[in-house]
Amino acid sequence: MRRGNRFMCRAGQALVLATAVLVFLGAGDNTARFNDLGHHMMCVCGCNQILLECNHVGCSYSDRMRGELMAALDRGDTDDLLMQSFVQKYGTVVIAAPTTKGFNRVAWVMPYFALVFGISVVVYLVRLWKNRPAPALADGIRPVTGAELERFREQAQKETDL
Amino acid sequence: MAQIGSFALLFALALSLYSFGAGALALASPGPGSERLGETARRAGIAVFAAVFLAASVLVAAAFHDDFWIAYIFHHSNRDLPGPYKFATLWSGQEGSLVFWSLLLATYGLVLRLRHKTDQRLFAYASVVIAAVQIFFLLLLNFAAHPFAVMAGSPAQDGNGLNPLLQYPEMVIHPPMLYLGYVGFTVPFAFGMAALIMRYPGEKWIHITRHWTMITWGFLTVGIFLGAHWAYSVLGWGGYWGWDPVENASLMPWLTGTAFLHSVMMQEKRGMLKIWNMWLVFITFWLAILGTFLTRSGIISSVHAFAQSSIGEWFAWFLALSFATFTFFFVKNKSHLKSEHKLESLVSRESSFLFNNLLFVLACFTVLWGTWFPKISEWVQNTKVTVGAPFYNSVAIPVALLLLLLTAVGPLLAWRKTSLESLKRNFLWPSIGALIVGMLMMIFGVRPWKDVAYFYSLMAAMLAVLVALTVISEFVRGGRVIARHTGQNLFASMVHLWHRNTRRYGGYIVHFGVAMVVIGILGTPFNKDAEKEMGFGDKIDIGPYTLVCQSYTQDDNPNYSNEWAIINVFRGGRQITTLYPERRFYKASQQTQTVPRIYPSIKEDLFLVSDLYLVYEGINQDTGRPIIKAHLNPLVPWIWTGLLVIVFGTIVCLVPNAAAIRVTAPARVQAAPVGAGD
Repeated sequence: MRRGNRFMCRAGQALVLATAVLVFLGAGDNTARFNDLGHHMMCVCGCNQILLECNHVGCSYSDRMRGELMAALDRGDTDDLLMQSFVQKYGTVVIAAPTTKGFNRVAWVMPYFALVFGISVVVYLVRLWKNRPAPALADGIRPVTGAELERFREQAQKETDL
Repeated sequence: MAQIGSFALLFALALSLYSFGAGALALASPGPGSERLGETARRAGIAVFAAVFLAASVLVAAAFHDDFWIAYIFHHSNRDLPGPYKFATLWSGQEGSLVFWSLLLATYGLVLRLRHKTDQRLFAYASVVIAAVQIFFLLLLNFAAHPFAVMAGSPAQDGNGLNPLLQYPEMVIHPPMLYLGYVGFTVPFAFGMAALIMRYPGEKWIHITRHWTMITWGFLTVGIFLGAHWAYSVLGWGGYWGWDPVENASLMPWLTGTAFLHSVMMQEKRGMLKIWNMWLVFITFWLAILGTFLTRSGIISSVHAFAQSSIGEWFAWFLALSFATFTFFFVKNKSHLKSEHKLESLVSRESSFLFNNLLFVLACFTVLWGTWFPKISEWVQNTKVTVGAPFYNSVAIPVALLLLLLTAVGPLLAWRKTSLESLKRNFLWPSIGALIVGMLMMIFGVRPWKDVAYFYSLMAAMLAVLVALTVISEFVRGGRVIARHTGQNLFASMVHLWHRNTRRYGGYIVHFGVAMVVIGILGTPFNKDAEKEMGFGDKIDIGPYTLVCQSYTQDDNPNYSNEWAIINVFRGGRQITTLYPERRFYKASQQTQTVPRIYPSIKEDLFLVSDLYLVYEGINQDTGRPIIKAHLNPLVPWIWTGLLVIVFGTIVCLVPNAAAIRVTAPARVQAAPVGAGD
């Protein structure tokens, strides 16, 4: 039992180690950071495209911006610092998505708020409609319920089966 | 020519006004003579088509005759423009596209008015609603965006030419498809509004509009996909969807229209969701107009947007007026829209439709919110922000995955109630298949914990496989039952099966197509690219390919001059093709355009097919050598194949059902309260 526990403990440690190795593999690689950050910025030439995807012929902005991004990475700037410097130079429109600060948070929160609200409404409706009384049957027709209803369901399922 | 066109538009406006006024009067005051008055209104509506058709024909003829007196032709055409693009001039600019919009609406109105005997009163109401929308567009054309305005002074020798981005064969098809979709939603809306105003009894209006809605949805779907394919093949950035506001504008009515196509079944089968459906059909129409407003007002910046103009205000007023009118009639007659049935179980087709509608509408809201947020931010904090792909990828993809899950689960749920036993029975094999695919992806190197994009890809792959397998299992299961009863082979039984309920099985085929599209999209995180200046014999290695520059050269014709490279593509040491990425300089418009070349590896990898995508980026002025960018985009061809399957499924849905086959029931049943399927 003790040996089993030790084995489990070792296996757990190995798993954590393996996960950590996989997670941090490639961290600090400038090419990966260039690719990641470049896809979180816009080209500001007016083409409305992600910086690394702008291929406007003769676009004077994207080449320069890519050069600046690479230079900042080579300098060892952190992501925050780098983004800040781009915002200072090109304005807030250079970031491809709203930040998670101040009023911009609303952009991110609203869809999830709508999801929660929508689910609440649907759940409320389902409950309401489930508890609604069944429509009255014509005289002489006995409502079928319980096991008898289940039997009919199964029989119908077997015979139609589509 | 310009006078004929102007007169035709003015005449069309007068006819529309008459069609609306006389039609409304005839319906509002029934009595002797009202029937004849209504008939004149109907005929005036038919004549609107003739007048608008004449105006559109004049504009096209002016393009072919190089009539640069007409300012629109001067700005959007030139003498050396090839014939098909001269035809496309009709929808290449603001005024022409409004004529085109008006023509399509008149065409839909024509068909509707010719089929009025189906239900004369309902059609008369719908005709009045269509006439009202037509009036708006004709007012615009006559007073705000006149397509036949003439140039001051003497006519120019040549025009400015068509935007180079639009000089691509798909551009001759994409806008008409998209517009047929946009405009087409006016018809279900007109019927919905008619049913609301006249307190139409029963669900017949839903049956009447079913085909209209399906066809319109089909056109919009094709339009959106052709737009994506055009962006992929022409813009040269290697992608097909950029979450641009104008792309979003086409997606929003598609999302609510798809929700309507599903929820309308609840009304047909169970008499439920009447209020919801009424709002949904209105919102879909409204969003189609909103999309046009976004494109034309210049309120939101987009690469697609037409020039900023005053017609944005016209659209804003029309949007407000249509909203107010609909709300008025809804409040007045909402008691007529009470739901009749109750819900029996949470695990039922009904609840799956409720959640499906929630997710579609939520997805639409998310796209609408993201599209408008830059403007909202500007109003609130006086700072303009960008809402681009990273936002949508974070927010919309989870919703899309949930929708995909429902696409797999929903069709297997029966109306009213589904037992857990049947759920288990129906899901076991598809779920095992999905899990196997997930495990295979992880074995072959997809690490969902490394990057959220990989996680989404893995989930999307598993869910797409789940959808595909549940669709296949539904066909096989149903086919087997028919085969058992009729003795036909399985394939013939499956054909028989879909012919018995074309809408249901056509819908499954559409779901299968959607699964294929999702498979195509999930390849995005695995895209690769490489860029290099390529002299003679220089190489680029990308994925399994080696690209060798054989030569580069220049050419010239009356429409454009161009530079292009000849790139030999090798794989496994064997040359498999030669590609010619190109850059053109259009003389009339003085604009440059890249022309990417794409090689899908269908011959080499049938299922894991990739696109090799080459872009001629330009010439290095110092060395005189071309710069070539190569993209390797896995699975993209699945998207376009998926579209073909979706179109096929939509056509199948439109085929009338065959008569049910006669089989001997093995036992008598007193009552059959449930049955799966629609």
